[in-house]
Amino acid sequence: MTSIGTGYDLSASTYSPDGRIFQVEYANKAVENSGTAIGLRVKDGVVLAVEKLIQSKLLIPGANRRIQTIDRHMGFATAGLVADGRQLANRSREEGRSLRSQFHHPPTAKMLADRLGLFVQAYTLYGSVRPFGASAIVGSVDKNGPQIFVVEPSGVALGYHGAAVGKGRQLAKTELEKLKLAELSTREAVIEAARIIYLVHDDAKEKDFELEMTWIGNETGGQHEPVPKDLFDEAERKAKEALESFE
Amino acid sequence: MNTVDVQQLKSGEVNLGTSIMAVQFEGGVVVGADSRTTTGSYIANRVTDKLTYVHDRIYCCRSGSAADTQAVADIVHYYLQTFTQFIGRPPTVHIAAETFQQLCYENKDALSAGIIVAGWDKENGPSVYNIPLGGGLFRQPWAIGGSGSTYVYGYCDATYRDGWGRDETIEFVKNTLALAMSRDGSSGGVIRMAVITEDGVERLFVPGNELPKFWEGHEVLPTVASVGPPPPVVPMVVE
Repeated sequence: MTSIGTGYDLSASTYSPDGRIFQVEYANKAVENSGTAIGLRVKDGVVLAVEKLIQSKLLIPGANRRIQTIDRHMGFATAGLVADGRQLANRSREEGRSLRSQFHHPPTAKMLADRLGLFVQAYTLYGSVRPFGASAIVGSVDKNGPQIFVVEPSGVALGYHGAAVGKGRQLAKTELEKLKLAELSTREAVIEAARIIYLVHDDAKEKDFELEMTWIGNETGGQHEPVPKDLFDEAERKAKEALESFE
Repeated sequence: MNTVDVQQLKSGEVNLGTSIMAVQFEGGVVVGADSRTTTGSYIANRVTDKLTYVHDRIYCCRSGSAADTQAVADIVHYYLQTFTQFIGRPPTVHIAAETFQQLCYENKDALSAGIIVAGWDKENGPSVYNIPLGGGLFRQPWAIGGSGSTYVYGYCDATYRDGWGRDETIEFVKNTLALAMSRDGSSGGVIRMAVITEDGVERLFVPGNELPKFWEGHEVLPTVASVGPPPPVVPMVVE
């Protein structure tokens, strides 16, 4: 970012001479500094996992969730500023409700991400507002199978087989690429998701973290639910084992 | 159930005093209608097509005000096109019917529309939905509607059987409509039908002079023996 300090980064409504919008790039920086969030789209479902960095030991474990439910069959994981993520989730719920009543049909992740993308993009146009400092992973499962979309601060919404945003996204993406996502069962994907979150977490630099995982698949009857305790514990145990053998 | 309150129509409004029908069978549905459109006692159109396309495999049969039902069908047609673009696949008959139902219910005070929605989709195969005047939504194996339908409920109840094939179902629709048209003054003309299956939509036509014939009555004249001299006129007693 060589042009920083030239005055082209003060407003989202100003381009730099080479066509960039610095405010959007700074928003991406806000995302890059937060705990990692990943999404896996596998054979028969979707798994969302988040590395939730613990800001204070006084916080109640399990509180302040970073994965939210948009509709019965749709989950929403965010990375970046927590408050911005919640705003995106609330907007997504509104859009979901509107799509449902308009089409008499449960909204798909694609439809929702497209709508959310329009909303987010509007915040890159005006000097009076700040772009969202959060990226969202939207996952859904319906009759036509699983879908994952990522909405970035610029407003782009893209579909993925596996998605990673936040601090550990680079390593998480290389790990996701090694998996045969299209052949994995949702249960297997939960184990992999936990392993990846544990792998990308940097104990040396970071505070403690809490693993948060939800899934949608045949075993949940197509509904977005937290991963049940027994499977969650198994995944966490295997993740720790894998980490020891990795190092 | 599906008759139109004529008082509610504005004077001169074009009315589909109608006989309409849809029946599902294994693999498809048959929709049918008469062809009479009236303004009061004047037949404004004797070859109307009341079977209206709303999507590739979904049709509706319209009864009530011609203007209202055309407008509603146009809106649903537009909705279903949008649906196909957004979702990337054709809508189900159920979704089409729910869209009709919503419009008919939310505007029930302004509309006079009794609509039957029928078609074929990948999820449920053939299906028929009835949306009578108040804007309810009912899935039925067969449905009849319009003013003419009141005359043939008994015939349908007595005749319909589950498990018919295409040809038997067409005969049933044709006969029912012919009976309704013969009794109902605001139905008549020709019979239009459409067979909707996975493979496509086949339109059928029965001209007015080839309608199935049933008992049409004959004059019962008094017999000669019963004709006697007129009874004597007895003047009424006036006090």
